[in-house]
Amino acid sequence: MNEYKDIWVFAEQREQRLMNVSLEILGEARKLADKKGVKAYAVLVGYGVKGLADELIKYGADVVYVIDNPLLKNYTTEGYAKVIADLANEIKPEVILYGATYIGRDLAPRIASRLHTGLTADCTGLDIDENGLLLQIRPAFGGNLIATIICPERRPQMATVRPGVMKKAPKDEKRKGEIIEIQANIKEGDIRTQIFDIIKEAKSKVNIEEADIIVSGGRGVGGAEGFKLIQQLADALGGVVGASRAAVDAGWISSDHQVGQTGKTVRPKLYVACGISGAIQHIAGMGNAKTIVAINKNPDAPIFKVADYGIVGDLFKVVPALIEEIKRIKNNEMA
Amino acid sequence: MNILVFIKQVPDTNEVKIDPVTKTLIREGVPSIINPDDKNALEEAIKIKEEYGAKVIVITMGPPQAETALREALAMGADEAYLLTDRVFAGADTYATAKTLAKMAKKFDYDIIFCGRQAIDGDTAQVGPQLAEQLNIPQVTYVKEVKIEGDTLIVKRALEEGYEVIKVKMPVLLTAIKELNTPRYPSIKGIFDAYREKEVKIVTAADLGVDPQEVGLKGSPTKVISTTTPETQRAGEIFTGNVKECVQNLVQRLVEKHVI
Repeated sequence: MNEYKDIWVFAEQREQRLMNVSLEILGEARKLADKKGVKAYAVLVGYGVKGLADELIKYGADVVYVIDNPLLKNYTTEGYAKVIADLANEIKPEVILYGATYIGRDLAPRIASRLHTGLTADCTGLDIDENGLLLQIRPAFGGNLIATIICPERRPQMATVRPGVMKKAPKDEKRKGEIIEIQANIKEGDIRTQIFDIIKEAKSKVNIEEADIIVSGGRGVGGAEGFKLIQQLADALGGVVGASRAAVDAGWISSDHQVGQTGKTVRPKLYVACGISGAIQHIAGMGNAKTIVAINKNPDAPIFKVADYGIVGDLFKVVPALIEEIKRIKNNEMA
Repeated sequence: MNILVFIKQVPDTNEVKIDPVTKTLIREGVPSIINPDDKNALEEAIKIKEEYGAKVIVITMGPPQAETALREALAMGADEAYLLTDRVFAGADTYATAKTLAKMAKKFDYDIIFCGRQAIDGDTAQVGPQLAEQLNIPQVTYVKEVKIEGDTLIVKRALEEGYEVIKVKMPVLLTAIKELNTPRYPSIKGIFDAYREKEVKIVTAADLGVDPQEVGLKGSPTKVISTTTPETQRAGEIFTGNVKECVQNLVQRLVEKHVI
């Protein structure tokens, strides 16, 4: 097992653009590699993607393997699994990390099964223990438990990592690294699925993952009508609207607003939770916000335990008063 | 045409309670259900059976009480049911699970294998792709539409922003998402048949011919070394009483801290 070394990151790109999560896990891989005293590699697969290698170096890769081939233009399970598994069999990395996207979660288990090794899904934390093993930390049972998982006897150790959880390293324009082109050993017959269309649906207008201020509504908002009030508070603060699973499941607001274990992970500067009780599965998605404000009529709601500030009261009275107060303060600033 | 559907019985996670001392699940009194995505997989198999003619074979691995999930599947319209149950299967991670299920799948001449995308107790979405790899068949995950044209399937695979249309020849493994369909409720006759006419066959490790070292906890590359309940406590300042005062206090704090 000693022959396995270094940390690899699958650098996922779509239409020749790197996915954000790939840069996030590269930032994490950089930290883990430094802790272990090994190198961080990015594995870039696609067609016409060589130009992205520099960016991966600037975000922390020591070495970028580029596997560039027309058959790899679009993601296919079998095409990508073959070239990455072949390379891993040859070079023997100790760790491979993937973004937990619709592609990463399709690819990583296929490779894990081929390499007869373990795989931990949707990690929210990674670390190295005193024996140099990768600690893979993830929520289970809808976020009710946090499990730490290891893969002691098989290599590589593999994990997918939840988007939005890790932090990108700052871009270092001067950083130098090595780019190695790998000849893909692949033919058409290796890929048994044929993509004949990729349909893009209107990208959601809300991007709660990047917002500095989020005002979220939960069951206490009571209906789609109530979300208009949440929107007004968000507008007053210059933020966007989020929601709990209960509100999304009830059909009051679309799922692209959903924060939590089954929704999005956010880390805004300010998170205002209105009428959200604070189920663990919700807190899993917003617990890392810099400042948390909770508004709830139930003083025992668990959301108050994670809040920096809370108001116990009826949100339909508190939120309008809050909007007014914020407008007053902002007007004073301008005067 | 033969369709294998792999399902899992799971605790209804909305009702999960954690023992604060042992940090493990309290299973007593927690209702068990067929994993939601697996129900979509089963529904699609039954729809294909109704439209094109097929035999639907439903399989689960789990403790003896998982039989109730299979009875429900039979009541919905599955033709045969198999329960893989044996102490040596316990504690399997996704790799060992897929390996065991692959042994079972190989006993059949199948055209389509359906799984749910992921189970609500683990949320891993790994067993489907791992099973496809063990069987060396293609996979399409996150399936939201299936059409059959001769020996080929035309499948819509969901992506974060849109979907792909994929053409693939059978045999193939598909994982279902909830957008695929709305699972039916069993009919009264279906329930009668499930308990009176149809049989749940028990399959042990010996029946499967697996090496006990290669399944269950022993055959699992990953090990859970600890579980904790998440802690994100903050020393919060909570305002109560007069709404206007509460709001003024809150805004003052946020301004002082330069949050707004």
